[in-house]
Amino acid sequence: MPEITYRDAVQKAIADEMRLDDSIVFFGEDVAKAGGVFKVTPGIYEEFGAERVRDTPISEQAIIGTALGAAITGLRPIAELMFADFIPVAMDQIVNQVAKYRFMSGGQFTVPLTIRAAQGGGGGFGTQHSQCAESWLMNFPGLKVVAPATPLDMYSLLRAAIRDDNPVVVLEHKYLYTLKGEVPADASPGSIGEAKVVREGADLTVVALQLMLHRALEVADKLADEGINLEVIDLRAVAPLDSETILRSVMKTNRLLMVEESPRQGGWGASVASMIADRGIYHLDAPIKRVNMENSLIAYSPVLEDEIIPNAGKIEKAVRDLLAED
Amino acid sequence: MTTDSIARLDRDARLKALNTMTTIRLAEEEIQNLFMANLVRGTTHLAIGQEACSAGVAQALRPGDSMTCTYRGHGHALALGMTLRAMMAEMMGKASGACKGRGGSMHMTDQSIGLLGANAIVGAQLPIAMGAALTAQIKGSGAIAVVFFGDGATNIGVFHESLNMASVWKLPVLFICENNLYGEYSPVRATTPIDDLAERAAAYGMPGVIVDGQDIEAVYSATLAAAERARAGDGPSLLELKTYRYRGHSRADTGPYRAPGELDEWLKRDPIDLLLGRMIAAGEIDQAEYDEMRGAIEKAVVEAIEWAQAEPFPELEAADDYVYYPG
Repeated sequence: MPEITYRDAVQKAIADEMRLDDSIVFFGEDVAKAGGVFKVTPGIYEEFGAERVRDTPISEQAIIGTALGAAITGLRPIAELMFADFIPVAMDQIVNQVAKYRFMSGGQFTVPLTIRAAQGGGGGFGTQHSQCAESWLMNFPGLKVVAPATPLDMYSLLRAAIRDDNPVVVLEHKYLYTLKGEVPADASPGSIGEAKVVREGADLTVVALQLMLHRALEVADKLADEGINLEVIDLRAVAPLDSETILRSVMKTNRLLMVEESPRQGGWGASVASMIADRGIYHLDAPIKRVNMENSLIAYSPVLEDEIIPNAGKIEKAVRDLLAED
Repeated sequence: MTTDSIARLDRDARLKALNTMTTIRLAEEEIQNLFMANLVRGTTHLAIGQEACSAGVAQALRPGDSMTCTYRGHGHALALGMTLRAMMAEMMGKASGACKGRGGSMHMTDQSIGLLGANAIVGAQLPIAMGAALTAQIKGSGAIAVVFFGDGATNIGVFHESLNMASVWKLPVLFICENNLYGEYSPVRATTPIDDLAERAAAYGMPGVIVDGQDIEAVYSATLAAAERARAGDGPSLLELKTYRYRGHSRADTGPYRAPGELDEWLKRDPIDLLLGRMIAAGEIDQAEYDEMRGAIEKAVVEAIEWAQAEPFPELEAADDYVYYPG
């Protein structure tokens, strides 16, 4: 089975879908001739040409608005916003237009639009180029929001996003671009809104996504040597949020920890905690815990950035604290 | 645009224009009555006085063209062909409204006639029209998109982004600014350092055309010329239609900020009276025939309101319909 990087999985998903559907167009800042500032989309422009693959001005609102207008008139656009930190520049278009267009027209339109952006810290990019956007975007019904952690999920969920007749924001984690994994040649589009139990265990459920998932798995490996068995769930999407998979796991382990690469207040973990409080509280043997960036911002200095973004040590401590509860 | 370049419409086209403008005028007067009587809730924004803008542009379009417009959009919707019933039912939040009661006064939308939506966020509709133009360009359909916006929208960031990108991509889109001299309660000159907003087109390498927005034949001609240019692949234009709204910004605004006598001056160039006078002078219609037309329209407006009042509200179980496409 071929191993490719998370970065290549993005390129392959776009190219494979564009070969199948002439109505797919792709545009954003430096995505065409330069192949993307993260070198994620090389060769797309060369293969599909200047009509379907376009560089845009640095105009985030125009990019998203134009993609929306194209989506409701017969094209299937993929719009890139480069760093996820630039999503707020286009927030009116994403929140007031894209998310609401089908609804406020009384269902006259479908909005087959994919918005891509690269997110996440750990690279020394500083406060305005390191944020995670999934929790910002989950409060807008009408949007789907996916955040894949592996090359296979990146490939299959991006393909699913492109095929979806709803607007989907696909968040790529910058730190994972070089991650390698198996992507079968015949890998099919995935199902958006399904979490996945990536490691089974009986002692405690950990829910995470993207970089935090990999750190949680690192901790799970270490603790397994001590006979502590973590069940690790890759959330994969925050909208729709897969409550059932998490609830099933909590009913088995009776303990829940969430690891989020974002501030504590208003994060997706709060929504999951609320859901479990509502539907699963009698299955809990311990309080629900979250490991977050607390309410800090991401600093440039490497020592501060490492301190602020949850690391394996903090996750391990939270696990041990939770297991000590009775 | 000089007077010489204004294409005169033939009698049938003028009758159509007169009918459209009168329909908008009478429908909006009734809409205001509905809101003032609290028969409908929220707010509404009337374009009374600006009818030649929406009617003139719409008459220059072809089937297959697209339009986005503003929350002051009843005129745009009616000019493009939305039915009075669909509009009145939407105004009242009824299930049979244009948007099945999900939109209201500020969101009139009708995909079947190319009306991609009135928008309640100033300027947001500009790039959405560009997307429709992109589809036309890529599919080679020969269609164009037009987008209406007010003078106030020319000061919002997305105006700059949109005109710039549309020009770089040579999109077949017409940017149509209805300069009615007030952005909400503020006169244009209090918020904008120039008198002619069409001048801004120069910065984007596209034609900027000043048009008499009270003369429907001037609006029609300018739109047709810009549309031909766009259909030929020569890119977008900015049209500034000089016009005036007789009423306030929204439901509760009586317009106390206007200079004394200003409204009276504009009433002398009322777009309906202007065309009607021209037609009477040309022997194309007489006052009695117009009164008959007006009476029939008034009847249709009242009938549509009564019909809409009797229509059912949306089912409560359907409150979250249309949030996501279920397929």
